[in-house]
Amino acid sequence: MAMKYHLRIWRQAGPDEPGRFEDYTVDNIEPDMSFLEMLDILNEQLTKEGKEPVAFDSDCREGICGMCGLVIDGMAHGPRRLTTTCELRMRHFPDGATITVEPFRADAFPVLKDLVVDRSAFDRIIAAGGYISVNTGSAPDANAIPIPKPIAEEAMDAAACIGCGACVAACPNASAALFTAAKISHLALLPQGHPERERRVQRMVAQMDLEGFGNCSNHGECEAACPKGISILNIARMRREFIRANTRGSAV
Amino acid sequence: MSVMTDTVLLNAKIPPGPLEDKWDNHKASVKLVSPANKRKYTIIVVGTGLAGASAAASLAELGYNVLNFCIQDSPRRAHSVAAQGGINAAKNYQNDGDSVFRLFYDTIKGGDYRAREANVYRLAQLSVQIIDQAVAQGVPFAREYGGYLANRSFGGAQVSRTFYARGQTGQQLLLGAYSALMRQVDAGRVKLLPRREMLDLVIIDGRARGIICRNLVTGELEAYAADAVCLATGGYSTVFFLSTNAVNSNATAIWRAYKKGAMFGNPCFTQIHPTCLPESYQGQSKLTLMSESLRNDGRVWVPKKKGDTRPPNEIPEDERDYFLERRYPAFGNLVPRDIASRAAKAVCDAGFGVGSTGRAVYLDFADAIKRLGVDVIRERYGNLFAMYHEITGEDPYKVPMRIYPAPHYTMGGLWVDYNLMTTIPGLYALGEANFSDHGANRLGASALMQGLADGYFIIPVTIGDFLAEHRPDGLKADHPAFKEVIRNVEDNVKRLLSINGKRTVREYWWELGRIMWDNVGMSRNAEGLKKAISDIRALREEYWQNVRVPGSAEDLNKSLELAGRVADFLELGELMARDALDREESCGGHFREEYQTPNGEALRRDDLFCHVSVWEYKGEGNDPVRHKEPLVFEVVKPSQRSYK
Ligand SMILES: Cc1cc2nc3c(=O)[nH]c(=O)nc-3n(C[C@H](O)[C@H](O)[C@H](O)COP(=O)(O)OP(=O)(O)OC[C@H]3O[C@@H](n4cnc5c(N)ncnc54)[C@H](O)[C@@H]3O)c2cc1C
Ligand code: FES
Repeated sequence: MAMKYHLRIWRQAGPDEPGRFEDYTVDNIEPDMSFLEMLDILNEQLTKEGKEPVAFDSDCREGICGMCGLVIDGMAHGPRRLTTTCELRMRHFPDGATITVEPFRADAFPVLKDLVVDRSAFDRIIAAGGYISVNTGSAPDANAIPIPKPIAEEAMDAAACIGCGACVAACPNASAALFTAAKISHLALLPQGHPERERRVQRMVAQMDLEGFGNCSNHGECEAACPKGISILNIARMRREFIRANTRGSAV
Repeated sequence: MSVMTDTVLLNAKIPPGPLEDKWDNHKASVKLVSPANKRKYTIIVVGTGLAGASAAASLAELGYNVLNFCIQDSPRRAHSVAAQGGINAAKNYQNDGDSVFRLFYDTIKGGDYRAREANVYRLAQLSVQIIDQAVAQGVPFAREYGGYLANRSFGGAQVSRTFYARGQTGQQLLLGAYSALMRQVDAGRVKLLPRREMLDLVIIDGRARGIICRNLVTGELEAYAADAVCLATGGYSTVFFLSTNAVNSNATAIWRAYKKGAMFGNPCFTQIHPTCLPESYQGQSKLTLMSESLRNDGRVWVPKKKGDTRPPNEIPEDERDYFLERRYPAFGNLVPRDIASRAAKAVCDAGFGVGSTGRAVYLDFADAIKRLGVDVIRERYGNLFAMYHEITGEDPYKVPMRIYPAPHYTMGGLWVDYNLMTTIPGLYALGEANFSDHGANRLGASALMQGLADGYFIIPVTIGDFLAEHRPDGLKADHPAFKEVIRNVEDNVKRLLSINGKRTVREYWWELGRIMWDNVGMSRNAEGLKKAISDIRALREEYWQNVRVPGSAEDLNKSLELAGRVADFLELGELMARDALDREESCGGHFREEYQTPNGEALRRDDLFCHVSVWEYKGEGNDPVRHKEPLVFEVVKPSQRSYK
């Protein structure tokens, strides 16, 4: 069964250019096709018509690299829960539907072109302490420090973040709290992360603010949009870590 | 077609001494750069996957200045992130008889005796330290209730030596390496250059001295100078168009290095992974991998009757052919990847395949669910089952999965010596980009291990040996040699944009993929390979006359990026076919139909082909020349692999 869709897509020539929606129609779409494969087909069509294809990012196309990310009908990564844009299948859209496609919008994620945004702010947040300082070669035996299974599992739940930025795109304040909290939680849960925990949370939170992300006011939209189901309990843990660090002094 | 060969025998610079002492002896004898001098050197690392990120971080920790490049917007997205199953290490935490020697032996045997003993032994030795390093970084590997690390057996290994983090081992290991990298960015010792694509290598006085990149946002061509260059740019399975790899995976960096004189080792050695989603519709952009761990509990079968269209659950037990269990009773569903893939192809070729295209086999969990209960299966494979369900719309708890082999990993790559240096002084290749330690077939969970061994532990030692002999000279990227290379790159970009023909880049890529899959895929023969060579040449010629690349060179242009990569694939594909034609034997993933045992297994010809085929570029329009690195087995005696 081949399906047909009307697309309203955000086009923007460059970071400083004005943007606008443009309308397109695609035909012969298979239900098993992914949303990005549907856009591939549109781009083939545009190329043949001598027009410029729609720029969008993707890489793994299996929901793990975090490179893709579109706002589809107003929802970051589209209507399916726990699904990235690249994993989203066309069978979830009725034949003949009109679909609106926009980039992840936030002041801290400037649009580079069409649907491609600059998320390098996330890297700078990680560079501000989202690591454990251990030089190559200096590690003790991996089994030297046992970690209770539930703690390891909880750390893994937080570490599963793919850094796609859907949390920011979904948040009315464009806050990066969920992203930042996921990394802080992951490392704060593990004994290996303890020596640097105070400095880490202080610096990462400061960097997050510096990048121009908004404040978290507990809307919870981030958790709902997160394709990996990262829990907002991590934000609570980040706050606790932050208070703990500040009450212990040693501000950075 | 005759192949020009040369008498040059490549020297792998394997250190003397007994196998188990080689690496220690080597470390004790390499030259060192003094701590105060390290900061006077700049090293370029292209790639931020496991190999690139671990190398960049570790080199910066030593005090070198590092420039680190990647195509994606963030280093954390490198394709290593997609690895699911796990990473091997000879820890023997399970007390099941594992050891460095056993991991070494399994890797040599699994690679069908086409890898270098000294490298593989070192890899097995270093595997142990990788796990220590990752745990110290906070990689949340799976654990037992006692708090100690859990292991599983993977890809046919008879010991449990695979460490894993749910189905996201690659992601977690990469995030570990990425965090180490970002720590060095924070310290100012690594300069990160994302959204850059290396388009050429700059050689001065015979030495690699820099690279030319396209800034993928502004379109600008940028030049970077350094004292040494490391390529950690991943594999090239995307030459087949459809593969398990990410859509930006490519051969461009290593291919352009090849054209500058870095020789290419075993280009035809490709791994076709047995458990992937089958091709099922036009416009499909990848073949998603279903982790190999599924074969621990799933049973592979096809109907005994040709063209049986009954739904799988209606086909009675005695009308099913569990062909892996039948052909390989000792290993059953857990035979190595190359063997499982070929067996699936054979039953489909014979008309027993299932699904709408007839090119799929069943992977059935009904027995495992009966034996272990649905909860255990959900705990083990829940995420994979959900992924399968989401993609296909079918519930694998109720209906067997449909799977088919897909291109997955390239054992071939730039030839490197024991120090990971290519045939160009000062140019190194790491991770999947080099011709690797996996011989003609890679074992599951060994690529992550190799990428991290190369980056964390080998290059930081071996690069010093070279740099100590080459004092920093303050070379800048305004040296005339860079200008000349930039001009060539620019001409190439302009040429692609100016053709303005009728067919899209993707159409050519797809067509090349067909040629490769049909003739240079899971099984190969002389006739098909010759046909592939002439078909690829014709396609390449047409490409340069009829491709249409929209947009301009001066901004973000994904079509242009792809056009450059496909142009390189159109050359690399031919070299792969030539290499496959030249290697008149079957070994590992390279199956030549002319060379098989009476029961259809790969027939190696050790008297003639116990070597690495190392190809040298001889200029446009000229045939490449094949050299050899003979493989000498001092410890393991090559034998016919048997998994019966
Ligand atoms: C789906 C899947 C599952 C896998 N599962 C496992 C597993 O369970 N266990 C295992 O051991 N192995 C597994 N593998 C194999 C393993 O993941 C890879 O071989 C390995 O991660 C490759 O790492 P790498 O660092 O060499 O390259 P990659 O991770 O591919 O990184 C390449 C880097 O180079 C950059 N790059 C490429 N070209 C250029 C250029 N021209 N200019 C600038 N930058 C460039 C990219 O941006 C990227 O940063 C799997 C592979 C796949 C595809
Ligand atoms: S493309 Fe990797 S998560 Fe979507």
